[in-house]
Amino acid sequence: MARQGVARKTEAAERDVARARARAGPRTAELDRLIHERVRLGIVSALAVNDSLSFNELKALLKTTDGNLSVHARKLEEASYVTCTKSFAGRIPKTEYRLTSTGRRALEHYLDHMEALIRVTRQG
Amino acid sequence: MKRSFGMTAPRPLHDRALDNLRYIRQTMERAGSFTAVPGWGQVAVGATALVAALLAARQPTPELWLATWLGEAVVALGIGGATMVRKAFAVNDPLLSGPGRRAGLSFLPPMVVGGLLTVALSRAGLWHALPGTWLLLYGTGFVTGGAFSVRIVPVMGVCFMTFGAAALLGPAAWGNWLMAAGFGGLHMVFGTIIARRYGG
Repeated sequence: MARQGVARKTEAAERDVARARARAGPRTAELDRLIHERVRLGIVSALAVNDSLSFNELKALLKTTDGNLSVHARKLEEASYVTCTKSFAGRIPKTEYRLTSTGRRALEHYLDHMEALIRVTRQG
Repeated sequence: MKRSFGMTAPRPLHDRALDNLRYIRQTMERAGSFTAVPGWGQVAVGATALVAALLAARQPTPELWLATWLGEAVVALGIGGATMVRKAFAVNDPLLSGPGRRAGLSFLPPMVVGGLLTVALSRAGLWHALPGTWLLLYGTGFVTGGAFSVRIVPVMGVCFMTFGAAALLGPAAWGNWLMAAGFGGLHMVFGTIIARRYGG
C-alpha cells in the first residue's frame, strides 16, 4: 500500500516536470543556463517590469561593476534576449536595454522550471 | 570515526530554487514603478477642488475659508484613496510592498509637515501663507513619491511647487485662485493624461 502511494506520488511529480518542460518547449527542457547566472537573471527580471532601463540604472540596481554588467548584457544580447540601443544625451553616451519577446518567454520558462522543481522536491 | 573534510554540504535543490524565485521577486520589486496612480480619481478630485475654491471664496472669515478647504481635503483623500485601491487591484500593483510602499512612505512626510504647518500658521494668523505652503508641500510629496512611480508624477509635483511658489511670493489675493488652478486644474489635466496613458 505504502509502496503504491509512493509510486503514485512519483508519477505525479514526473508528470509535473513533464508538463513544465512541455510548456517550456524542447529548447528549455533543461535549465536555461543563460539566465540562471545571477547578474543575467537580475537584468532580465528588472527589464521584465520596465519598458527600458539604461546601463547606469541597471548597474545601480544590480550593484555590479561596469565590466561585469557589460559582459553579461552582451551575452543576453547575443542570445536575442535583450536589445541594446546606444544614443547620446547631449554629449553623454547613453545605452538602453529592452527585453525582447524571446527574453520574456525565457524568463517565464525559467520561473516554470523553478516552480516545478519546488513542487517535485516537496512531493518527494 | 567521522572525518571532516572542511566542506559544507551542498544546498538542497529546493532551497536553491526558492532562493532564485526570491531573487527574481526582489529584483522586480526594486526595479518596478508604482503604476496605481488613479488618473480618473485625480480628475474627480480636481472637480471637487474647483467647487471648494468657489465656496471658499465666499466665506466671510479666514476660519470658515480654512474649514472649507479642510473639508475638501477629506473628500479628496476619500476619492483618491478609494480610486487608488481600486486601480491597484485592477493592475495587480501591491500598495503595501515594493514600489507602492516606497512611493507612499516618500509622499507621507511632506503631508505630515503640511498638517503641522497648517496648525502653526493658523494659530499665528498667517492665513495668506497657507495656499503657498499647501501647494509647495503637496508638490514636494509628488516629486519625492513620484521617484518610484511613472515619470509624469514628479512632473506634476514640480507644477504644483511652481504654483506654490507663486502663491507664497505673490499677492495674498491670488492664494485661493492659485489653489483652484493647482488642486483643481493641475489634478484634472494630469489626471486625464495619466488615465489615458496608464490605464485609468
